[in-house]
Amino acid sequence: MAPTVDFHQSGDRDVQYVKAGKRRLFVNPDADAARKVFRRKSRRMVDKTTTVKEAVSRLIHDGDYVASGGFGSNRVPVAVMHEIVRQQKRNLCFSGQTSTHILQILVAGKCIRACDAAYVVGQEVRGISQVCRRAFESGEIETTEWTSAALAWRYKAAAMGLSFLPIRSMLGTDTLKQSAAMELDCPFTGKKYAVVPALYPDVAVIHVHRSDIYGNCQIEGIGVSDYDLARAAKKLIITAETLIGNEGIRLRPEHTAIPYYLVDAVIEVPFGAYPSNMAYCYFADEEHLQDWLEAEKGEETLLKFLDKNIYRCKNHWNYLLVNGGLERLNQLRQKEHFADRS
Amino acid sequence: MSSYSSMELMICLASRYLEDDSIVVVGTGASCAAAMLAQKTRAPKLLIMFEAGGIGPQLPSMPLSAGDSRTHYRGLMAATLPEIMETCQRGMVDYAFLGGDQIDMYGNMNSTTIGDYLEPRARLTGSGAANDLASLCWHTMMITIHNKERFTNEISFITTPGYLDGRGSREAAGLPAESGPFKIITDLAVLGFDLLSGRIQVESVHPGITREEIRAQTGFELLWQPDCFTSAAPSDEELDILRNEVDPGRYLVGQAPLLGLEN
Repeated sequence: MAPTVDFHQSGDRDVQYVKAGKRRLFVNPDADAARKVFRRKSRRMVDKTTTVKEAVSRLIHDGDYVASGGFGSNRVPVAVMHEIVRQQKRNLCFSGQTSTHILQILVAGKCIRACDAAYVVGQEVRGISQVCRRAFESGEIETTEWTSAALAWRYKAAAMGLSFLPIRSMLGTDTLKQSAAMELDCPFTGKKYAVVPALYPDVAVIHVHRSDIYGNCQIEGIGVSDYDLARAAKKLIITAETLIGNEGIRLRPEHTAIPYYLVDAVIEVPFGAYPSNMAYCYFADEEHLQDWLEAEKGEETLLKFLDKNIYRCKNHWNYLLVNGGLERLNQLRQKEHFADRS
Repeated sequence: MSSYSSMELMICLASRYLEDDSIVVVGTGASCAAAMLAQKTRAPKLLIMFEAGGIGPQLPSMPLSAGDSRTHYRGLMAATLPEIMETCQRGMVDYAFLGGDQIDMYGNMNSTTIGDYLEPRARLTGSGAANDLASLCWHTMMITIHNKERFTNEISFITTPGYLDGRGSREAAGLPAESGPFKIITDLAVLGFDLLSGRIQVESVHPGITREEIRAQTGFELLWQPDCFTSAAPSDEELDILRNEVDPGRYLVGQAPLLGLEN
């Protein structure tokens, strides 16, 4: 299958393009198409606070391309992903950049149709998600291959308002052949690059440490790819550990990672990244993540597990409660704060 | 000399290749332990980076994820994933450790699919950052178990570039000149790469291991460095630091089964 979007040589320079990747592109990389969307995006600095339920219902639609902030099992927006499963969103495309737990949630909920795959099915040192593995092996989920940096740079191209960027990884490998990247000779030096198309997700979801009601956000610890992702996405849902006053943002404006005009919804969700690690707040709940992998070993045990942790939970508060509530969260808080003693 | 496990030997051997005042990107587990051991022995100014953005942490314990908060604990910078990757692409990262499920004689690695891509017998994790690090860093290294299933020319997918079809083919593909695979440290031997052909060659054989055992556990024909020697066992000092300072929680013992080691 050829990429769905054709690229055309333009201008009078002698630039050589080679079609390299065989797989499909799931979103349009065209910069002008994106500009049309961003032109219409509201610039009003108004109260954007809402509930997770309302934000998911209003901003995420069947068939959308969704991307998640954070890394693996760190600062990932779990509360929103559970709600996507509860609302039974279907046929989503997903950016599987460093994706461990979020993909595990969405695949268990049967929400995913297609995936840009850099890191999928694995859960780092914890092992492999059998449910994800089966979904990818059966062809239930269509894939296009990338690398972690390639997807980061696809976000960056979009954040820059471009349609592609040249990069120096992927070259010479099957990763390139099974992608939707191309090869391009540099017009200045003649050297060969892989070129990756801009990735403008329909919706991105990012969990941050602090936000004001307008969506001005601060992130602590590593930023992963979230600065570019926030700018690349057509719509952006923010969950925040804590809502703070606008004066708190203005006190240290150099700490603002995401300005309000990128944001469509803000929800205060304390412990919103649980069971993942939130830098300086709480460590990952390794036992719960192991329980999840364990539950995946049987169809019935998985259904029971999902029932308990997602379907029968009204919201994230319920989820926290069925997993030990404040007492458990305090243990994870201590584990994070006294890293040198664990 | 004290007794030691295969895992401890591999970590000690890997740590000795990391030079002081250089930069290394590590993952979780053995590679992180090797870098921490290097810092506490011969390379105190070795700078450790993690792919998700951690730079120069004073690691309190082994991270469980390349993005967890240990990766920037008392660090120099909590950066971003593109920041790390762009530092590699600019040519400032000297060493990187990679993972992969299969390796061929040119050091190319598969971690994507076994069998046909569209109808795979097994779907693996994919590149993650392995392809990026192997493309962009000067010297790439790997710590892995040594068996026929893993060291094979029958790899169905090249996820991560080694020397592709031999020396020179990386450059022809557009990859940065003079970058590429450096050492593979297995539980049987230290493998390097022949200067002319880019093929894997055995540089040193671990104490107690025979050449026949290595041949039997390798799915392709190995080259042997003319002055192939016996790998130097861990010193008491290295073992002491590894056990008491790098990994007092015995986290690596739990990692051994993941690498397929008895420990």
